[in-house]
Amino acid sequence: MKRKLLFVMLLTALCALFGGCQDKKEKLYVYNWGEYIDPEVIEAFEEEYDIKVVYSTFDSNEEMYAKLKSGTASYDVICPSDYMINRMAEEGLLQELNKENIPNLENIGAEYLTSSQQFDPGNKYSVPYCWGTVGILYNKTKVKGEITSWSALFDEQYKGQILMIDSVRDAYMTALCYLGYSQNTTNKDEIQEATKLLQSQAPLVQAYVVDQVRDKMVGNEAVLGVIYSGEAIYTQRSNADLVYVVPEEGSNVWIDSWVVPKDAQNVSAAEKWIDYMCRPEVALKNFDFITYSTPNTAAQALIEDEDVKNSPIAFPDNATLARCETFQFLGEDNERFYLDEWAKVK
Amino acid sequence: MKNKKKAFLNQALLSGPYLLWMALFILIPLFIILYYGLTNRDGAFTLENILEITNPIYMKSLLLSLKLSLYSTVICLLLAYPLAMILRSLRLKNQSLIVMIFILPMWINFLLRTIAWLTILENNGILNSLLRLLGFEGLHIINTPAAIVVGMVYDFLPFMILPIYNSLAKIDNNLIAASRDLGANSLQTFRRIMLPLSLPGIISGITMVFIPSLTTFAISQILGGGKQNLIGNFIEQQFLLHYDWNAGSGLSLVLMVFILISMAFVAKFDKSREGTNLW
Repeated sequence: MKRKLLFVMLLTALCALFGGCQDKKEKLYVYNWGEYIDPEVIEAFEEEYDIKVVYSTFDSNEEMYAKLKSGTASYDVICPSDYMINRMAEEGLLQELNKENIPNLENIGAEYLTSSQQFDPGNKYSVPYCWGTVGILYNKTKVKGEITSWSALFDEQYKGQILMIDSVRDAYMTALCYLGYSQNTTNKDEIQEATKLLQSQAPLVQAYVVDQVRDKMVGNEAVLGVIYSGEAIYTQRSNADLVYVVPEEGSNVWIDSWVVPKDAQNVSAAEKWIDYMCRPEVALKNFDFITYSTPNTAAQALIEDEDVKNSPIAFPDNATLARCETFQFLGEDNERFYLDEWAKVK
Repeated sequence: MKNKKKAFLNQALLSGPYLLWMALFILIPLFIILYYGLTNRDGAFTLENILEITNPIYMKSLLLSLKLSLYSTVICLLLAYPLAMILRSLRLKNQSLIVMIFILPMWINFLLRTIAWLTILENNGILNSLLRLLGFEGLHIINTPAAIVVGMVYDFLPFMILPIYNSLAKIDNNLIAASRDLGANSLQTFRRIMLPLSLPGIISGITMVFIPSLTTFAISQILGGGKQNLIGNFIEQQFLLHYDWNAGSGLSLVLMVFILISMAFVAKFDKSREGTNLW
């Protein structure tokens, strides 16, 4: 008798456990880069619209794509980068946005929408969230003079002091720009020449990292590293000796934008989310927290700190931007060729 | 008769959840890996994915993985055995406390523990600051294979201590007393009594350190600075970067061969089947 009772109790407990999770509240599945939003913004959104945000993060566009493509997870709104949006749109993974439901789109600067056309012709699928450049961050106390060129990454004198970026297209971008080729090249000879250069660089590299570059540069672990502009601003807050430069040979300028995948379950909430992110005060809050440049001109105007407002890192001048290119999706075969070459480097 | 049936039913009911769990999360995934590993993108049978391993890059990383996991296993064994002996000789009251102290780090997330080692081993990290403070030269450990071995030893040491301690604790004190009584010295007692009787624990400890060390990718990623690619890193990259589930599964199957070898090794030695395994 006792045992039976125990069994029934267990069973009810189990039911309660599984049943208890079902809650009727509207849900929005958001998939974004790690540490790429002010958590308070999510809470405020949930409160205002009475929608539960299920928030997950990824470390690279490739990881995000693999997860989405595998069909194991479904998201309502995602924040990939330019070339990946290009790829996803070409493969029919995205749906066109209904701009009428995103009135705050008017806060986004026209120049960013124009740049977006490079990967999203007609701005059909994406709304810019953050943007920035890729460059070199170096410690001015440990370098004689100034670093202005990608050549520093291949310079023997910095042996063991270089943090190289562990992301295939970004890594090739540095080598290709240094060699004077386009970062979107599909010419195999040029790519292989870059491979040779990166192989010769490998003994000089202290570590291949993406997110860790921030802490390592702040902690004076290395003299220089390849970094995204937004991270550079963050590191300078903690270590004033760090200098960020967009090399003279040119670099990559990227835009991360919100998109809605084709199989999204809750499109109306996704649109509310995108619209909310375009509010000037929300964009400003995010900018303060993550320090990645905002394309929201209304938010830019709200920045109180003049140094930040005129920061050449956050908002580079046109001459710098003219040297930069955005990544394009090069087709599956070419992307694979890059990956196979990259495997030979590390 | 009726009672027997009832007992059987009870048994089935109790083991049911576990069997279901095994089928869903162990057996089915294994078959999925087998399927992907032996087919190409169009679903036709091929051995190409398995032969991927002959690529010199993968071969090199597999050898490095084997080497490093061997090192970490030997170091764990050398650390764990004396410690388990000491634990055994302590009085019961303190024992559980000390066992807990060794288990305690396992309550912290494994990634956090590994990242903590990053801050310890870095060029300007805690260890080197301490060494310099004492007037020594700083060590260059981070981003080398040595850093990965340190991470493996730290993360997997409890898996070596527990089974060895369990098997040592089970040895009857009378056996040792008898051995001494018959004129064996401590060394002989250790060699003839303690060691053979604790062998199942040693073997299960070895596999439980060796296998996770062989397959890890997080430790090498964090402490190796992306410069020391183990086979686990390449498998991860096949799935997450190349989107090539077939090649990734093929490499996993190759790795599984080594896991099976080490399990066969356990089965050969652990004849007593006394359940000194942790699971």
